[in-house]
Amino acid sequence: MVPESLFYTKEHEWLKIDGDVALVGITDHAQEQLGDVVFVELPAPGTQLSTGDTFGSVESVKAVSDLFAPADGEVLEVNSTLEDQPELLNASPYDQAWLIKVKLSNTDATEGLLSAQAYEEFCATNG
Amino acid sequence: MSGLKRTPLYDVQKERNARFVGFGEWELPVQYQSVLAEHNAVRENAGLFDVSHMGEIVIEGPGAFDACQYILTNDVSKLVDGKAQYTLMCQADGGIIDDLIIYRQADDSYFLCVNASRSDIDFAHLVEQAGRFDCTVNNVSADYAQLALQGPKSFDILGQLTDFDFSALKPFSWADIVLCGDLSVRVAATGYTGEQGVELYVSANIAESVWRALEECGQAHELSLCGLGARDTLRLEMCYALYGNDIDDKHNPLEANLGWVVKLKKGDFLGRQVLADVKETGLERKLVGFKMLDRGIPRHGYEIQAGGDAIGVVTSGSHSPSLGEPIGLGYVPMEFAQTGSIIDVMIRNKAVGAKVVDTPFYKKG
Repeated sequence: MVPESLFYTKEHEWLKIDGDVALVGITDHAQEQLGDVVFVELPAPGTQLSTGDTFGSVESVKAVSDLFAPADGEVLEVNSTLEDQPELLNASPYDQAWLIKVKLSNTDATEGLLSAQAYEEFCATNG
Repeated sequence: MSGLKRTPLYDVQKERNARFVGFGEWELPVQYQSVLAEHNAVRENAGLFDVSHMGEIVIEGPGAFDACQYILTNDVSKLVDGKAQYTLMCQADGGIIDDLIIYRQADDSYFLCVNASRSDIDFAHLVEQAGRFDCTVNNVSADYAQLALQGPKSFDILGQLTDFDFSALKPFSWADIVLCGDLSVRVAATGYTGEQGVELYVSANIAESVWRALEECGQAHELSLCGLGARDTLRLEMCYALYGNDIDDKHNPLEANLGWVVKLKKGDFLGRQVLADVKETGLERKLVGFKMLDRGIPRHGYEIQAGGDAIGVVTSGSHSPSLGEPIGLGYVPMEFAQTGSIIDVMIRNKAVGAKVVDTPFYKKG
């Protein structure tokens, strides 16, 4: 079960949207596929993001996975706790291990994003 | 993953929820629950790996000894029955065809364990080169499954299945024994992890029985089932070369720090002339271990730079579970090969500083 209140992308990221600000993270499915996360690289606050841009990376023991901007906006804050505790991404992907806080450029940033139900269906059909 | 080969242990591992990946021609388990947990289990207790993808080749006949002496770089005359040795197969130009372990079964019979990805190439090379010696070369890879039981509790676990005295099984010794009364296995005190342990060669048809017996006895000893992910981090911490990453036919043994298995004085062998010349004139580059000075994990294929110039390539790199930091191997020119040399690793178009360190990365105790 994925949290109902969040929006999702096909890159297995989630957004928690509150007005024109969104928290962005990776889904439980994503952390599960990655395995033990040992390294997280995040952008500097102030970085401008365009949808689809690589904004950082998450690495497990075996694999490097790029992070893609799920919406246009400016990075307000990053979760620097993850530099020292990357394993939080495995333990708490929807809560403690949020990655970045973004000021959204578009008033309707949810366009193109998936609902919880749509994301679950996407995972079921795409493994 | 259609078209990929499966080992005789595929079903039992599937039952245990292994996650499989394509590895060359093979579909193999990369991990069960956690690479880190599996890695630590081998360092602290014991881990069980399916390494049945490895190839096995037998060379037999009156000329088998001379053939092995000519085709391999280590000195086969040092072997006695029941002993094994790490060795290399080189081209005439010194490039490494494969690294392998040779087991002496008799003075006219040798059993070779080779890399899966190289077994067809190795076999063709052996057949061609052994042709002028009075011996036969047989690829028996399909007959065997191979299990690796590695970690400080390995002998405790095995000891419950046999009366065999494992204290007599010194490193690189092997014996044919029986487990559980009726399971014939070849047990060799070899491995790819740096821990005490064994590799077991068994007939494919009893592989699952052996696996289940070890699993059952292992429960009391915190045995963990392990995949290729942990196998790779364990070997990297020990700086054991991985063919196709750290060594290949474009690199010679001396620059790969494998000069210790090249015996120039044993008589003629394939690659000897070139390797003797290299030893005489000195190396141009060398495989070194390094640690990062800033944040980032080095990975296979990343460029190594110095002062903005490309000087080499990372051959293996990962997070080291035992050390809790990133480690890497790569070839660099001799002027950067000394311990303490500073180099840059290009990670996502950014130069990240690194320092050449003494190897192996991990030392017991």
